Amino acid sequence: MRRTIRAAVGAGVLAAALVMTGCSSSGSSNSNDGSLGTADKPVKLTFWGWAPNMDKVVDTWNSTHKNIQVTYVKTDAGDPAVTKLLTAIKAGSGAPDLMQAEYQKIPTLVSADAIIDIKKDVSAETTSKFSDGVLSSVTLGSDALYGIPQDSGPMMFYYRADVFKKLGLSVPTTWAEYADVAKKVHEADPKNYLGTFSSADAGEFAGLTQQAGASWWGSDGDSWSVDIDSASTKKVASFWGGLVEDGVIDNQPQYTPEWNKGLAAGTQVGWVSAVWAPGVLAGNAPKTAGKWKMAPLPQWTAGEQATGNWGGSAVAVTSQSKNVKAAVQFNTWLNTSKTAVSQMVTDGGLYPADTVDSKAALATGNGFFKNQPDFYTQAAKIAETVKPFTYGPNVNVAYSAFNDQFGKAAQAKSQQAFLDAAAQMQKITVADLKNSGFTVK
Amino acid sequence: MTTTVDVDQTAPGRDPAAKPSAPAPRAARRHRLNFTPYAMLAPATILFLIFMAAPIVYTLILSLQKTEVQGLGLGSGARKTVFAGFSNYAAAFSDSDFLASAGRVGLYGLILVPAMLVLALVFALLLDSKRTRLAGFSRVVIFLPYAVPAVISSLLWGFLYLPSVSPFVDLTTALNLPSPDVLSQGSVIFAIANIALWGGVGFNMVVMYTALKAIPTDLYEAARLDGASEIRVALAIKIPIILPSLIMTAIFSLIATLQVFAEPTTLKPLTNSISSTYTPLMKVYRDAFIRNDVNSASATSIIIAVTIFALSFAFLRVVQRRAFQEENS
Repeated sequence: MRRTIRAAVGAGVLAAALVMTGCSSSGSSNSNDGSLGTADKPVKLTFWGWAPNMDKVVDTWNSTHKNIQVTYVKTDAGDPAVTKLLTAIKAGSGAPDLMQAEYQKIPTLVSADAIIDIKKDVSAETTSKFSDGVLSSVTLGSDALYGIPQDSGPMMFYYRADVFKKLGLSVPTTWAEYADVAKKVHEADPKNYLGTFSSADAGEFAGLTQQAGASWWGSDGDSWSVDIDSASTKKVASFWGGLVEDGVIDNQPQYTPEWNKGLAAGTQVGWVSAVWAPGVLAGNAPKTAGKWKMAPLPQWTAGEQATGNWGGSAVAVTSQSKNVKAAVQFNTWLNTSKTAVSQMVTDGGLYPADTVDSKAALATGNGFFKNQPDFYTQAAKIAETVKPFTYGPNVNVAYSAFNDQFGKAAQAKSQQAFLDAAAQMQKITVADLKNSGFTVK
Repeated sequence: MTTTVDVDQTAPGRDPAAKPSAPAPRAARRHRLNFTPYAMLAPATILFLIFMAAPIVYTLILSLQKTEVQGLGLGSGARKTVFAGFSNYAAAFSDSDFLASAGRVGLYGLILVPAMLVLALVFALLLDSKRTRLAGFSRVVIFLPYAVPAVISSLLWGFLYLPSVSPFVDLTTALNLPSPDVLSQGSVIFAIANIALWGGVGFNMVVMYTALKAIPTDLYEAARLDGASEIRVALAIKIPIILPSLIMTAIFSLIATLQVFAEPTTLKPLTNSISSTYTPLMKVYRDAFIRNDVNSASATSIIIAVTIFALSFAFLRVVQRRAFQEENS
């Protein structure tokens, strides 16, 4: 027995040594290589992402920049892509040069040494194109810059204008009004709901607490703090718990065949979502085009203007890239050039984080919201009201705890269960940080 | 495991005369260095070492380690792997979610395994009985779901379970009957067992049916001459003779039950009732790929593997003594 333990320790030390040498060698190649290639001998880059029609934007780059040729690889969205990248990083090879990373995943990726600080290669002019809120999610509040923002997801309220008109309802501007409207919609037809509380969408709930003033993580010196179970989160949890307990909104998860059918059939009368919602609605309920309208999220205090973020990504350079300079140059073009961001709007339906260069493309509006031609003008105004929010190094743990705990609560249909779920999330997230050796305040 | 036991039991009986004379030539051969047997063993041994032994050893090593973080854990070199002893195992055993998932799978097995075996046996006996028409067609129809991958069948059933897209619910509402929510907390375990049952009965039925076909027909004729009914023939002749096949299918079903993963994972996004640690293997998946903690995932994997091995072995020991005793003596 003792011998096996010693062997295991030996193997562990060996593995650690391998990891360290792996890091140092890639580190040195990063700092040395500044070549940008020529048309005859181009630098070759690989880029992993999943944004719609991104391959077309990459084609535009490749046809105009012969010295740097980019191969675009479409990966699965979100968690699977991160898993794939982390596996490649651990293996020591196989990672791309550039990677699309959702904002909430950036601390995890930085912590796993998967993406690098590109501050010294990015000009101040480039970073000046982003709002402070968006920029903070790629700087993590430090002097570093871990990626260039691509798109953002300011949250908004979508509703079926035709149903509202029929029932004589006005668009809710506060959450109290939302609760009132939800009740009226459900009373008019017990099959209809103004929305659902989805235990499958931690990002949506995080965004709603962001609007209420929560910031789930924070860092101070060398220690992290977790503030999931804050007064703001409790306010949001108890509001939705109350609606679910009263049965005036649905308690089933979003993005299921059931929910898709509800959107198409008109039993889902509203949706608390983000700027990218038109794409989802057009895909799931194409026949409802022209019937939906968008408004700012209801507020906690009348007259306030605040929202949260749901979704959105940056593009980061990985620690295995041997052509950092070239990668940053492509990254800068991709997310802050007029050509690229306009194409992202028209071909990809994204809402670019760089709103300066995409202004002209956004002015044409959204095809699914022909009844609301100033869709993006309104969206831009709403985007300015996104409240700050800090993500921590174990967002994955907190989000999966959300799925489990709020799933139970939604099933129980009790307001108290929603509050308990928030407390449990806090407990699980803190325990995981401590278990990994983080200092937690 | 079973094969080695079989060899030990049958080898001496097969050729009793060979045994006494064996030691002499074997000893002589040992002096001459003959590489041929090793060379012939090499491919299998090397493949076994690379693809079976090495991953198991690596999993064992991973399960005894943990990752530790310095400071904020940002930037390069902030994480390092350290020896953790048995702390991952201790954590798994004190994790109430893991224990709950183990209990859930136990209940799932109690529902699924008997239902699976009884249904498969009934189908096999029906197909084997002389009076059955369209036996070939029925056999294919019952077997067909086995050819459908578990993820596909779970999606398929998921659509049937969701009220607004389910034709069953359309039917019950049309008939003014109550339509129960099959994906609710209390009944979701039956919903999952139903999918596994649908996919698994055909395979087990074919195994049993093949065993039934191997029974010499003169046994039935003798019984029928004595006036035994079909049911009596089934209970007194067929089932006792195919008992070894029943035991084998029981063990396969038991192992498949303990490893249940695809069905609940596919249904998970459709309902609030299935958590990310609904079954032990789902916890392994969550730890490894969502929490990015391969070390505790490895420890849990080892616990599950050892448990499955112990349970299968214990089951074999118990039933083998009863079922094969008469045969051996």
